[in-house]
Amino acid sequence: MIDVKNLTKHYGSKIALNNVSFSAKEGQVLGLLGLNGAGKTTTMNIITGYIGATEGTVLINGFDMISEPAKAKASVGYLPEQPPLYPDMKVKDYLDFACKLKKVKEGDRERHINRICEQTGILNVCGRVIKNLSKGYRQRVGLAQALIGDPKVLVLDEPTVGLDPSQIIEVRTLIRELGKTGTIIVSSHILSEIKEICDRVVVLHQGRMIADGTPGNLSGMIHAPNKVVTWVEGDPDLVNMAVSSLPMTCTIRETGQKEKGIYEYEIKGPENTDIRAALFRAFAKADLPMIAIKGGDISMEDIFLRLIEDSNKEEEAK
Amino acid sequence: MTAILDREIRAYFQSPLGYIFVGVMFLFTGYFFFAYNLYGNTTDMRGIFSTLFAVVLFLIPILTMRLLSEDRKLKTDQLLLTAPVSRTAIVLGKYFAAVCVFLLSIMSTMAVAVVISHLSKTEWPVVFGHFIGLILFGNTLIAICLFLSSFTESQVIAAIAGFAVSFFLMLIDTLAPVINIKIISRGLEGLSFQNRYTSFTLGILNGADIVFFLSITVMFLCFTVASMEKRRWS
Repeated sequence: MIDVKNLTKHYGSKIALNNVSFSAKEGQVLGLLGLNGAGKTTTMNIITGYIGATEGTVLINGFDMISEPAKAKASVGYLPEQPPLYPDMKVKDYLDFACKLKKVKEGDRERHINRICEQTGILNVCGRVIKNLSKGYRQRVGLAQALIGDPKVLVLDEPTVGLDPSQIIEVRTLIRELGKTGTIIVSSHILSEIKEICDRVVVLHQGRMIADGTPGNLSGMIHAPNKVVTWVEGDPDLVNMAVSSLPMTCTIRETGQKEKGIYEYEIKGPENTDIRAALFRAFAKADLPMIAIKGGDISMEDIFLRLIEDSNKEEEAK
Repeated sequence: MTAILDREIRAYFQSPLGYIFVGVMFLFTGYFFFAYNLYGNTTDMRGIFSTLFAVVLFLIPILTMRLLSEDRKLKTDQLLLTAPVSRTAIVLGKYFAAVCVFLLSIMSTMAVAVVISHLSKTEWPVVFGHFIGLILFGNTLIAICLFLSSFTESQVIAAIAGFAVSFFLMLIDTLAPVINIKIISRGLEGLSFQNRYTSFTLGILNGADIVFFLSITVMFLCFTVASMEKRRWS
């Protein structure tokens, strides 16, 4: 459905994208993950034909975006970072304009627009002027515009930005539903969102592709069993002793008293070692009740740092 | 193309801009009609048309300033450029929208002609000659200003650039006689919009003048498409 090959984009001397290739099949939701400035929006702009790549090709449904733009664009719906709305138009007129642009047959337009308004939950604002809508509604009108013409391929740049929690759930459900029959590319810098809606994740960093896999692979990186945050009841000295009695060398750091006599600790073991069970046994033996235990929070940055490290090592190995 | 044309014309009249533009043209034409024809006691419309040259010169940049720059500012160009519509169709749609509003506004002269025709015998071929001249001149200026609006996302800058071009076009006639170098002064004379336009107001329908305006229009429309294409690759 979407075939992206060796995309490279230069802005002057700055390299925004460096040799990015991936493809997505029908029935797949692909997530583009990356920090701000990683090249997500550039990638999406190239896929939808808004800008051209310095090198590389984009095939949509087998049509090349450069040599057969009309055919390729006809099967793509795009919701850019900032929804492309005309503030002076009414929602219905705007969607009607989108229908004409995307060549929806005149007889079907009314029904088509109504269906999409219902899907995106904007039926009640259909008659209103866009500039008077709240940010969440504008975002959804933008999404409705992308759905006009029932495109096979949907490209959504951070579709849930500006929505309230219940709307976020609605939109995610909608994306999953649409993903069953079409191909969707979603970008986000929110890891949990990507995990929830995508079958596949491509991670970009500084214009390079540093990972391509299922969310499962990524969450393996999210859980770091060698890092634990725990609340333990008892004397901190005893806790320190219990930790030093562990078979592996661990570092422990007290991060404060949480309740009376209960302290929070951050314990870190050697890389790639699960210290949780050993920790439990050690504390049980020392008669120190563990009140709470959770895996160490790994931030987005941690994952990126690790991925970048990995990719650098790979390059060195080559 | 029709979708864009339709939306742009609506956009002109969803904001006050379209009404003000048409209103101001009618106001000026009305005033010149009073000054030249009623006060001067003549049926000759040459006066109206030759003074409208300057009015059109300074009103067209206002008409065209929003055409492409507004889309860049609102990011709606992403909607247009990712839809299955060619850049040429986008440019033509926007161009003809401005042309339609312009045509509507210079209907003021036709209204005047109809009034005159009730008072005395009107030489319609001459009036239409004037009118064709005004259409060609306005359309050419719209194409030039459309091209300018493709460079910036600020409507104000687009308008100011348009005024600068208009000013240059006015200046060109005073510049040509002062320059000694013959090639340059001949070249400037050849580029003069006023000379070309004046022959229409004299009632001369000269093929060379028509070709001049049409070819500059087409040239700047091509430049506009090229300018959009360039932005895609930069």
